[in-house]
Order: sequence, then structure tokens, then C-alpha cells
Amino acid sequence: MVEAQNVGFHAGKRDLIAGISARFAPGQLHLIIGANGAGKSTLVKVLSRLLKPAGGHVLYDGHDIAKASERDLARRRAVLSQAIEVAFPLTVREVVMMGRYPHFATRPSAHDVAIVTEVMDFFEVTEMGERSYPTLSGGEKQRVNFARVLAQVWQPLSGQHRILFLDEPLTFLDIRHQIDFMKKVRSTVIGGDMVVIGVVHDLNLAARFADRLLLLNQGRMLAEGTSADVLTPENIRTAFGIEPVVTTAPGGGTHLIFD
Amino acid sequence: MNASRTAGLLIALAALMVLTVLASIRFGAIDFPLHQMWSSTAAVLAGRTPDTLDGRIFTELRLPRAILCVFVGASLGVGGTLMQALFRNPIVEPGLVGTSSGAAFGASLYFVLGTALHVEQAPWSLPAAACAGGVIATRMVLALAESGNDGRASIVMLLLTGLAVNALFLSGIGFLSYIARDPQARSIIFWNLGTMSGANWRAVAIVGTVTTLGTLASLAYAKQLNALMIGEEEATYLGVNVRRLKLIVLAINVAIVAVATAFTGVISFVGLIVPHILRMLRGADNRYLIIASAIFGGTLLSMADLIARVALRPAELPIGIVTSVVGVPVFLSLLRRRQYVF
Repeated sequence: MVEAQNVGFHAGKRDLIAGISARFAPGQLHLIIGANGAGKSTLVKVLSRLLKPAGGHVLYDGHDIAKASERDLARRRAVLSQAIEVAFPLTVREVVMMGRYPHFATRPSAHDVAIVTEVMDFFEVTEMGERSYPTLSGGEKQRVNFARVLAQVWQPLSGQHRILFLDEPLTFLDIRHQIDFMKKVRSTVIGGDMVVIGVVHDLNLAARFADRLLLLNQGRMLAEGTSADVLTPENIRTAFGIEPVVTTAPGGGTHLIFD
Repeated sequence: MNASRTAGLLIALAALMVLTVLASIRFGAIDFPLHQMWSSTAAVLAGRTPDTLDGRIFTELRLPRAILCVFVGASLGVGGTLMQALFRNPIVEPGLVGTSSGAAFGASLYFVLGTALHVEQAPWSLPAAACAGGVIATRMVLALAESGNDGRASIVMLLLTGLAVNALFLSGIGFLSYIARDPQARSIIFWNLGTMSGANWRAVAIVGTVTTLGTLASLAYAKQLNALMIGEEEATYLGVNVRRLKLIVLAINVAIVAVATAFTGVISFVGLIVPHILRMLRGADNRYLIIASAIFGGTLLSMADLIARVALRPAELPIGIVTSVVGVPVFLSLLRRRQYVF
């Protein structure tokens, strides 16, 4: 369980987020939506402790993370960001192995190597293992990084939930890779012990794949719940300034059409 | 399989270094035949002072110079690897954060003021002035870069501040050589081009100790530097304290580069091209790259010193001219082969 208690963060005098309280349960996919500048990425950065909140607390399984050590945090919490570029010829295998860095001192154990092999198979990147990361396409890079991030929190922990953040993971992916990615996320998280919190832009993708949505507007929480609860014409109008037509997708979920 | 190929490459690089150093000891203004190299080295190891002039040239000039070259080259190679990993940018030199230009300014100041202040007799004053200059300039870069951004120096801020502070110290050096009288001006020019001619056993002991300790300390941070290559945020998510890592790596770089520069002057391009060539051979893993750049940096500088001594013999070229003449074409060809992310 991840819990935000009245968290806020400001840059200079401007509040990027303020007064946000929310609980994120394991085994479900939580997606944060909102317009540009609504504070989605800031919230993820505060929840993952890249940024320290200016006010309020972030709790993992009931414990405030403000004082947790970097290494302890890295063993249970992983973050996938958008488009990671590297100017050096690192191999794909070495990039995935970085996910295990919080778990070993200088040399990876046989166990670390086994996890990397397993994760690379799962994401179908084994064949490009010896290729140089900068030569990959955008979709391939994202798959490699997803493999790296899952290698970091691959094993269930006793007494703690694992936590995965996805900070705009779909940027620069074409539609097929976006759908593939979201399916992969769902197949990894559903019903498990992992808390998964992501940021996406496409409201229809969010409606289709999320268990819970959290809608931000100007740094504050506007609505929270299932897609039917959150994606109402009124909420969309307030948060995005655009008029939607709410219909039903072929599968039965909410689908928005914009004029 | 991978580890054994890396080990094989390191052994090959070490063998190349040994051969280069042997050639560098053998050839010069005077060539020493192999049997004389052996007998003189044996004499040094036994603690005897040779009685012939040739023997003294060998033990007091040639041998310490060859060994100093290895350590200075190693420090430049390791410094280049550290700075390129830290700045996530393959076109960075170890002097980027002000270390070399600050050291050069300190030395130039010594040449101009040393006579007036009567400190030129003390054997330590030149290295001390250079080392102080390097540390002060780097400290300035760090303080300025941190002052803007709520106490955290971003990599881009460090890079740009480094460029500005370098320009400041270079113009200071220009001013000092402009006002200097002739012999002092020549010293400044010679020192700014780099020279191994001041080598002695004391320099070997100091540079050797600092370089060895610095290289070993860097190895302890190789894994964290790897993580930093994929980004500051990503490294943080992988459990790296990025701010602490930056300060430690900058401190190691200043120590090894300022001390080496203090004894030999500014030697350019070694720190830039050594990590490049090694990455082409075996990738960018810093655990390999740090060791390899120590070995290969020493090798390249030994080669350059050999060329500097034999190209116009019995006259000697400043070694910085050799490294630039060889380094610039290599650098340009690297730029054409790869596209860089800035």
C-alpha cells in the first residue's frame, strides 16, 4: 500500500501540487491523468521520493519514506521514466543488469544473473542482449528499460509490497507498442503484491487499462475512482477545457470522443 | 565468457604498456643497449649509485621519466573516464571543471612572481603553486554551479560554469605571459604545452601514490557511475546518492589531475581520447574502463614522450604538442564516426 497524506510540492512560489491525499492498493493498476502542467509527473516524483514533499507525508506500508535509505528504497521501488538516452555504448544486457545494482555490491550473484535472464526472456529482449543500447529503436529502448525496472523489483518481498511507478511510459511509442506495453503491465501486476502507479496522457487508454483513475487539475485532486466515476463530461470539461462525448467502448468500458 | 574476454584485453593492454615503457627507456638522446638497461636497473634495485655518466643519465633521468609518464598518463586516462561518465558526455576532458587551467594559472603566477618573492629555490614551490591553482579553480566551478540551483549543481550548470572559469584562467595565463619578461615567458609557454623534463624520483613517488589511490577509489564507484550513465533520476531510483557521488568523483579527479599537472604541465587530449578508444574495444562498463584507461593512458603518454624525445633529437618537443598533433586527428575522426548526445 502506498499512501499520500496531504502532500504538496512547490517550485519557487508556485504550487505544483497541493493537498493531495490518496491510497494506492496493491494488485491494481492506478493511473494518474490530467492536462499538461496539472502536476502528474510531480506527484509521481514525490511518491517515489525523487522529490521531497514540501508538506505532508508519503507512506509505504504505513512507514514514512522520508528517512528510508536510498538502497532500501531501491530494493522495493522502481520507476520507469520516458525515453532514456545514453551517449555510451552500453550493451542491452548491462542496462538490464543495472536493475540488480541495488541488490549486489560489486559483482552480480548467480541469482542476479538468473533474474536478468528471466526478465529479458519475458520482455523478448534476449536476442538483442549484446547489442549497443544507443542503436536501438525507441520501442526497443522502452522494452529494455521496462525489463531493467522489473529486474529491480522482480522478487516478492516478505512483509513489504513492491512498488512500481510508470512516469509517462508511452511517450514516443507508436500505438501498437502502447497497447503491447499496457497489456504487459496488466499481465505483470494484476492480483499480485505490487502497487503500480502510472501517468498516461491518452484518456481512452487510461479508461481501458486502469483499475483506478486519479484526475489532477492545477495541482489538486479533482476526482478519484473507476473510469466511470472519473471520466464524466463535467470533470473532463473542468480539467481539460474540452467538451467530450462519453460513449461505451466495444468491450463495455468508458470511451471518450472529442469534437 | 564476457569477463574472460575483458580480462584478455586488459592483459594485452598491460603487455603493450610494458613494451612501450621498455622502448621509452631504451631510446632517447642516448640509446641504451639492453644489457646496460638490465645492469643499471639491477644497480638501482640494489641501491647502488652508478659511477658512469651514462649510468647516471639512466637512473636519474631516463628511468624516473619513463615511470612518471605511466602514472601521469594513467591519471589523465582515469580522470577522463570519470569526467565523461559523470557528465554523461563523451566529449569531456578531465580539465573541464577547471583543474588544468587553474593549475596552469598557478604555475604561470609562480613563474612571474617566483623571482620577485625569492621562492624559486624551494623544489616544491612550482608543483605546490600548480596544485593549489587546480584545486582553487575546481572549487570555484563547483561553488558557482551550486549557487544558482538551490544548492544542487546540475550537470549542465557544471559544464557551462567549467567552460566560463576555464576561459577566465586562460585569459589570466595570457595576461601573465604578456607581462612576463623573456625567460619567464618561455617557461610559461613551455609549461602550458606540457613537459616531462622535470621528472625525478620524488615526482614519481608523489604522482604514483596519488594516482594509484585515486584509481582504486574510483573503482569503488564504478557501478554507481554506470548507473549515472542512464541519467541522474534513473541513478537515484537505483539507489545512488547522486549528489554525494558527484562530489566524491570530482574530488578524486581534482586530486589525480591537479597533482599530475603540477609536475608536468598541461597535457591535452590524452584524457579525452583514451576512454573513447577503450569504449570502442570493449564497451562503456566503468568497472572495465577505469582499469583499462589507467593502463592505456600510461601507454599512450609513454609513446608520446618517446616521440617527443626522438623526433628532433637531441632536441626535445613539448609532450603536449605531440599529444595534440596525434590527438586532434583521432578526435575528429571519432566525431565523424559517431553521433553524440549533448
